[in-house]
Amino acid sequence: MEFQSIGNDVIRKDAWEKVTGRALYNADISSPGLLHGVLVTSTCAHGNIKSIHLQGARMMAGVKAILTGDSYPDLTGSVLEDRPPLAKGKVRYYGEPVALVIARSEFEACAAAARIKIEYEKLPTVNSPREAIKSESPLVHDQLGSYKKVIPEVYPVQNTNICHQIKIRKGDINKGWNEAEVIVEGSFSLPSSDHIAMEPHNAKAEILPDGQIIVDTSSQSPFAVRKLISQHFKVDLGKVVVRVPLVGGGYGGKASTNLEYLAVMASKAVGGQPVLIKNSREQDIASAPGKLALEATVKLGARKDGKLVAGEYTFLVGTGAYADTGPRMTSAMAMSCTGPYRLENVWCDAYCIYTNHTFATSFRGFGHSSMTFAVERMMDKLAAALHMNPLELRRINAIQSGDTTPTQVRLTPSILGYLPGCIEKIQKLINWEEGNRIDMGNNRIKAKGIACFWKTSSSPTDAFAAAIVSFNSDGSANLQVGAVEIGPSTRTTLAQILAERLRMDIDRIYVQMEVDTRTSPHDWKTVASMSTFLVGRAVLTAANDAIGQLINLGAMALKCSPEDLDFQHERVYLKENPEFYVEYKDIVHGFKYPNGNTVGRQIIGRGSYIMPHLTAMDQETGKGQPGPFLTPGVQAVEVELNTADYTYRIIKAATVLDAGKVINPKSAKGLVMGAMGMGLGLGSREAFLWSADQELQNTSLRTYKVIRIGEQPEYLVDWVETPNVNGPYGSRGLAEHGIIGIHAALVNALSLAAGVELDQVPVTPELIWKKLREAQNDSL
Amino acid sequence: MLQILNESLIELHINGEIRKALARPSDTLLFFLRERLGLTGAKPGCENGDCGACTVLVDGWPVKSCLMLAAEAIGHEVTTIEGLDKVPIQQAFVDKFAFQCGYCTPGFIMNCQGLINIHPDASDEVIHEWLQSNICRCTSYQEIMEAIRSVLPSQ
Repeated sequence: MEFQSIGNDVIRKDAWEKVTGRALYNADISSPGLLHGVLVTSTCAHGNIKSIHLQGARMMAGVKAILTGDSYPDLTGSVLEDRPPLAKGKVRYYGEPVALVIARSEFEACAAAARIKIEYEKLPTVNSPREAIKSESPLVHDQLGSYKKVIPEVYPVQNTNICHQIKIRKGDINKGWNEAEVIVEGSFSLPSSDHIAMEPHNAKAEILPDGQIIVDTSSQSPFAVRKLISQHFKVDLGKVVVRVPLVGGGYGGKASTNLEYLAVMASKAVGGQPVLIKNSREQDIASAPGKLALEATVKLGARKDGKLVAGEYTFLVGTGAYADTGPRMTSAMAMSCTGPYRLENVWCDAYCIYTNHTFATSFRGFGHSSMTFAVERMMDKLAAALHMNPLELRRINAIQSGDTTPTQVRLTPSILGYLPGCIEKIQKLINWEEGNRIDMGNNRIKAKGIACFWKTSSSPTDAFAAAIVSFNSDGSANLQVGAVEIGPSTRTTLAQILAERLRMDIDRIYVQMEVDTRTSPHDWKTVASMSTFLVGRAVLTAANDAIGQLINLGAMALKCSPEDLDFQHERVYLKENPEFYVEYKDIVHGFKYPNGNTVGRQIIGRGSYIMPHLTAMDQETGKGQPGPFLTPGVQAVEVELNTADYTYRIIKAATVLDAGKVINPKSAKGLVMGAMGMGLGLGSREAFLWSADQELQNTSLRTYKVIRIGEQPEYLVDWVETPNVNGPYGSRGLAEHGIIGIHAALVNALSLAAGVELDQVPVTPELIWKKLREAQNDSL
Repeated sequence: MLQILNESLIELHINGEIRKALARPSDTLLFFLRERLGLTGAKPGCENGDCGACTVLVDGWPVKSCLMLAAEAIGHEVTTIEGLDKVPIQQAFVDKFAFQCGYCTPGFIMNCQGLINIHPDASDEVIHEWLQSNICRCTSYQEIMEAIRSVLPSQ
């Protein structure tokens, strides 16, 4: 009976909806009388708003209302309340929402928006995290000290651009440096960029006559939206309903609350009528939050045999104009700063820093992909200094059970997984033994690079989820959860977990795809690759609850004691003779005896789960348990570089990670491959480009380049399965992990191929050429 | 010559039916399909011709419906994703897990469908050339390549 559904390539429950165009996303759902809101965004990166001229726009046909920063008093934010939904007094980034026009139709709103004239008094801009921490730097927020902290674990520094700082102090760093026989140091820089979910952000709100606020939104966090709307609009929580249909890609970008505030403000301004706001692609890139920037310095000390003895890490995290989840990602980077290596002496200072760029929110990997780039490039430099094989250096330093993390969590096989097993597998998968740099002749060099990674959830210590299992009178089951289907097949995976536990056919499990905060069980957020774990555990509890009820009622029906019964294939049967049974369909809504008497009740399974034993990080040492378990892994990339013009092709990209137990291999492989694809984009082309005045230059998909079909390498994925004893059927999170180390592996390969240290992304042929020129000039 | 000066009733051939609705001269085909006819399978992803999420077939050829005016489609045969009835490429997308969030999927499938009809003998190079007009942000494209290869008679 074990693993009937688990471990199979079960076809996704949303498959036919999605391939027929019948799947509905938020902006597909129209309603009579729907009004449209269109944003006017800042053309200035840092400036005082001198005037906003609305007269011309107000007179335009169809216009119902126009809102500006004066329309709403509160500052918002999920960590630090620093952001007005519409700029107030000053603007802090190019693309910041300044005004909102509400009109009968979208085109009338656009026409009026074009008539609004805003005058700015330009202020000097803060262009990078490194510049931002200089004492003479202008301040992005001069009121930082007065901002309300939403969570206690955020530590802003008044009169600076630092909105959060965290430290890791483990072991004795001076002892580490004294033991070190080889010391290497390097600096790295990674730009901010965008999620580019194919569905741009959009949100709709309506206020009913009795004060209920209905928000329909494309969000990864409906319950967080509900809480924030309730707080900021001072409406009872129960009066706010947030509904989310299928979401067209999130990657972290739809986890924070943004357009929802504006939609509610808009509806309020027009007497509660429904208003839809949807970003254009240009607004989605410039105005909605993107991915953080990072400037990092890493110093590693090792003995001659390659064993790491000291690590010092400085992370300057550019969160852009507002904090959003930047501080939490900064802490996440610090907690994982060493990468998955055994290191007793660790010193890390991580700062979350304001600049005049588009603000950052969570992005696939939650800061780990940027941090890992610095660490894994450094591991290659250390290998070179030691004249060691880069794979061997990683293998001998791989963290194992019994070791501790930078936040001093003692590791077990269940918490950690098994990285050496991953390394062993990738060695064969990428044919490492062939040599990691091969001159093919004709100006072609083939090179391979690798990178290891690890990640846990960085969730609040009370992150939780719940599930409800009900039954239909034909014996089939329905699963209700609060996790959003943003793409990774979460709900099919959860149905597999339920089918397995109920010992039912997966086709007899029905899953509702939409979330409604009033009927769906309360859920933390659909983030951090945690839904299979967190909601999966709740599903198991709900299934167990239902099974107990089924067996008890089965005992009444079969006139025996519950201990004598077992169940499968929608039957409760006698263990000693399975030919005596009662079918689920005859008990799920109570059991009727032949004389008409009915006993029992409708069977509804309830389940919930809260992450146990988590603690926040200590401000001075980082000590704490920030996540329930880790997912470790290793990635490799093979490139072919043309040394005549420095163009290159990515030939292969591979990932081996410890998945604990793979629930749906084809879905899981697809997630890891897709994440690798996005990471290779970050390594090779994706970046925000700023003008001298910090105006964002590439706000369309013609100028912001992503990988297109035909540019992808051959993808290889394999697993190690070290059970996570707390995970459903032993599983670990794996949705985002494919992105974490892949651009480090790519750039390790390119550095080796080109024979020059590449310490930034994206790596373009021009960058390789420039770095080679600089290296030549240095040597002259 | 066709002239539409103000909002007017236009008649389009869509998915084998004649559909009439009001259109302004500047309404795109994408807007007309979604907002006037409720055919929301074609998705706005950039409304700039860069992402392909709004792809439909016009006389059998893939066209980005955000770059065509509704009025320009008069007299042409338009097929949207709603006009496909479980054709092999849809089954192939299901079997090969060639989608995740699904938002780009109708556009990809319409482009694939056009390709299958026009170039049943397409090589990988031709497939790449055609499908480079669409962006998928979730999958690795490897799954989409497997899906189209599995239904092309030549492959």
